[in-house]
Amino acid sequence: MEKQFSVVGKRLPMVDAAAKVNGSAQFTDDLTFPGMLHGKLLRSPHPHAKILNIDVSKALRLPGVKGVVTGAEIPDRQYGIVPKARDEYALAKGKVRYIGDEVAAVCAIDPEIAEEAVDLIEVDYEVLPAVFNVQDSIKEGAPVIHEGVANNTSFAIRKEFGDVEKAFAESALVSEDSFYSQPVNHAPMEPHAAVAQYDPVRGQVVLWSSTQIPFFLRRNLSATLMIPESKVRVIKPKVGGGFGQKIDMFAKDFCAAWFAMKLGRPVKFVYERDEVFIVTRQRHPMHLTVKTGMAKDGRILAQQFLSYADGGAYNSTAPTMMALSCFFLMVPYHVPNLLYEGYHVYTNKPVGGAMRGHGIPQARFAVERQLDLMADRLNLDPADVRTKNSIKAGEPHPGGFVINTCGFAESVQLAAEAIGWKEKRGKLPFGRGVGMGGASFPSGVTNMSHISSGAVVQVGQDGGVNVLTGAADIGQGAETVIAQIVAEVLGVSLDDVRVTAADTGTTPLDPGTFGSGVTVRAGNAARIAAESVRKKLFECVADELEANPDDLVARDGVIFVTGSPEINITFPKALKAYQYKDLPMPLVGRASWMADTNEPTTLFTQPGNFSPNYSFMTQAAEVEVDTQTGKVKVLKMVTAHDCGRPINPMLVEGQLEGSIAGGMGQALYEDVITEKGQVMNPSFLDYGFPTTMEVPEMESIDIETDDPVGPFGAKEAGEGTQLSPAPAIVNAIYDAIGVNFNELPVTPEKILKALEEKKKQGV
Amino acid sequence: MKQAIALTVNGDVYEVLISPNQTLLEVLRDKLGLTGTKKGCDLGACGACSVLLDGEAYLSCLMLAVDAVGKEIVTIEGLSEGGDLHPIQKSFVELGGLQCGFCTPGIVMTAKAILDEEPQPTEESVKKKMAGNLCRCTGYKKVIESVMSASGRMGGKQ
Ligand code: FES
Ligand code: FES
Repeated sequence: MEKQFSVVGKRLPMVDAAAKVNGSAQFTDDLTFPGMLHGKLLRSPHPHAKILNIDVSKALRLPGVKGVVTGAEIPDRQYGIVPKARDEYALAKGKVRYIGDEVAAVCAIDPEIAEEAVDLIEVDYEVLPAVFNVQDSIKEGAPVIHEGVANNTSFAIRKEFGDVEKAFAESALVSEDSFYSQPVNHAPMEPHAAVAQYDPVRGQVVLWSSTQIPFFLRRNLSATLMIPESKVRVIKPKVGGGFGQKIDMFAKDFCAAWFAMKLGRPVKFVYERDEVFIVTRQRHPMHLTVKTGMAKDGRILAQQFLSYADGGAYNSTAPTMMALSCFFLMVPYHVPNLLYEGYHVYTNKPVGGAMRGHGIPQARFAVERQLDLMADRLNLDPADVRTKNSIKAGEPHPGGFVINTCGFAESVQLAAEAIGWKEKRGKLPFGRGVGMGGASFPSGVTNMSHISSGAVVQVGQDGGVNVLTGAADIGQGAETVIAQIVAEVLGVSLDDVRVTAADTGTTPLDPGTFGSGVTVRAGNAARIAAESVRKKLFECVADELEANPDDLVARDGVIFVTGSPEINITFPKALKAYQYKDLPMPLVGRASWMADTNEPTTLFTQPGNFSPNYSFMTQAAEVEVDTQTGKVKVLKMVTAHDCGRPINPMLVEGQLEGSIAGGMGQALYEDVITEKGQVMNPSFLDYGFPTTMEVPEMESIDIETDDPVGPFGAKEAGEGTQLSPAPAIVNAIYDAIGVNFNELPVTPEKILKALEEKKKQGV
Repeated sequence: MKQAIALTVNGDVYEVLISPNQTLLEVLRDKLGLTGTKKGCDLGACGACSVLLDGEAYLSCLMLAVDAVGKEIVTIEGLSEGGDLHPIQKSFVELGGLQCGFCTPGIVMTAKAILDEEPQPTEESVKKKMAGNLCRCTGYKKVIESVMSASGRMGGKQ
């Protein structure tokens, strides 16, 4: 068989892998500039308090201190990732809303002096009553966290498709169950950092930042500093993981820029590890009640959801998170009637934000758990129930999604086979069990506008290709994937392609790494830009090859006539021909890409296609529960995965292996524990995410679909696979010991307690 | 009071003026500009700052710079000789044993110490000895595979 592609679909090392293994890759904290100053932040010790007075005089007198700023001095401009939900100041104005809220910033000649100066700032607070959970926060008469926000409920969503009540009446079984997902910290290995520099003549600020979205950061900086976007340049160096936590602007970004502008010197802020835990973002804790009506054969007839997300002190991505949580209940299962009611509630606690899966993992945990509960009640096989309810490509969708390709049903079967479902489920000795979970995820968001990517592809005289993209590689390999796409289109090798990325001053607009859209969105922009370069080359050499430009192919460094590879010209010769024809060099192609979208583009007012395409996956786990210690060992995790056509299977596997570790953490170990708003475990030691010792054997099965919208048929990878490991593990625990856990994480204490109960009841 | 010390790093001797409470990590990064060694926690809990001292892996955030005087310190920048990558580094590159790369210098240095001590380790042994190196991206599978492949590539020799 003729090979279809030369670069796409290959297990190639990341383009920046060498720099990452030899220590030369530069992350934000690795940057230094002559005369650079260092900043530190003073944070609120109270969960809720009025700021009556701040005295910075002692701090200012400390030798080496160059500046202090408080909330009173900064512009009255709130920021936030979602325009309608802006509610945050870089430094608190008048009141603090959680322990860790930024009160003032100091800038000094070294970090130690800055730290010392922070301690010298004197703040008078009037402590206010605080609320630490959703139930108390929505009560009549609860303390008001943000003026004008009734019941501390900053966002509510209600969506109904079909007729839920009617469908419940027709159901053979209607079950209502409640679930809880805990707060989880992203804990990227690189702590958040920013360095700013200012050009006083041109009035331009340059900010290097560990950000996932340079262009959103530019917008938020411009708005809060009150200078035009054109005067703000954001550069993303290497980013050491984000998982959603580096989407927002933080105080360190604003304050670095502020001091650089005021003091005319470069300024760096780097967060300590405990700051990453307390004052950045976390996965929203969420309470969900799910009522599902099923036919006797296991078909879902209707689902009704009531969800409360504990947002902590600010909104961050709240509306998007709630919308995702709602809409993604309509994949991977066909839910003909659905009613979702969800509330985002403020509390005086750390702030919730986007985290790998973004509102969907909580909902998926609930649904996948309940499917197993109901299958049990109806005496059905949970794997069959999943296959039976799978949505199908091309079917009309209740939410208006357009599903061109869907490998979900197949993923259930393949995952089941690989874990040994038929032989094992219900048949293993006590303490051992298997379980599965299914999921689907968007490849970026279509239906909320502002979401398009640009790319410029330039070919130099020696055949070297440079791609300009605004896509933000935060470690997942975005630059590699884009380079592979361009190399494939031009028929050159990956080594010939260099990617210049993520600098709002030089690269085209891009919404960054968020919503798993990079491969499809930025990949398509790069593909089209490269195609326009290729078209120019083909037109140039067509005469010479006595062929129609449409019949030419570029592959492996050669341009040839389809079906007659002997009629060809090498890429360098084609470039020469281009120059000798006096065509202008360099050869440049550019493109902007956005998925087709309904107008007006907003999910909140009407249904519509959510994403250019959708990935599908099933994960199946085998676990062993130690009935003496209550510890759960995940022995194996199988992932059967439809991510379209993987551009780089090695990177796709890496994504899903990482998400298995993340999902395990959510299922078994991780929990941001707070007491009266104080985070009790803000360190790696106390927080405890999986190490080499916990991760299971992992097997991945690729279900290749050729998606018509994705570049070379690709869909998202790596975020969807974060949704199903937790339910798969908890379902496997049920199979192992016959206990249903509906609250995460399932700790050894909970298991021992449940086993004790079981013994008491004599079952 | 600052004091002058001499540190032998990657075969070269550097004289630096430090405060006695400065960690080796700080001195490597801030005084010598060797920023390949990373600070993930500064508390000895993540392994990102791992370097070799007389061939053994140490957490440089837990060690005072003064205590490293007289030892042969090797950082990630000193692992490869000449322009080529060290075989361990090659394995990580080719097998995808890294994603964001922030944990990678520490992991590669730990891998070096593991393979020096045990040129043909079992997977279990690598897992045990690598347990102090946290990685939030990879799920460790390809990290372990990279170490095993490096062992093979080096012919089970140091
Ligand atoms: S920085 Fe040294 S162990 Fe984390
Ligand atoms: S590769 Fe990102 S933390 Fe290990």
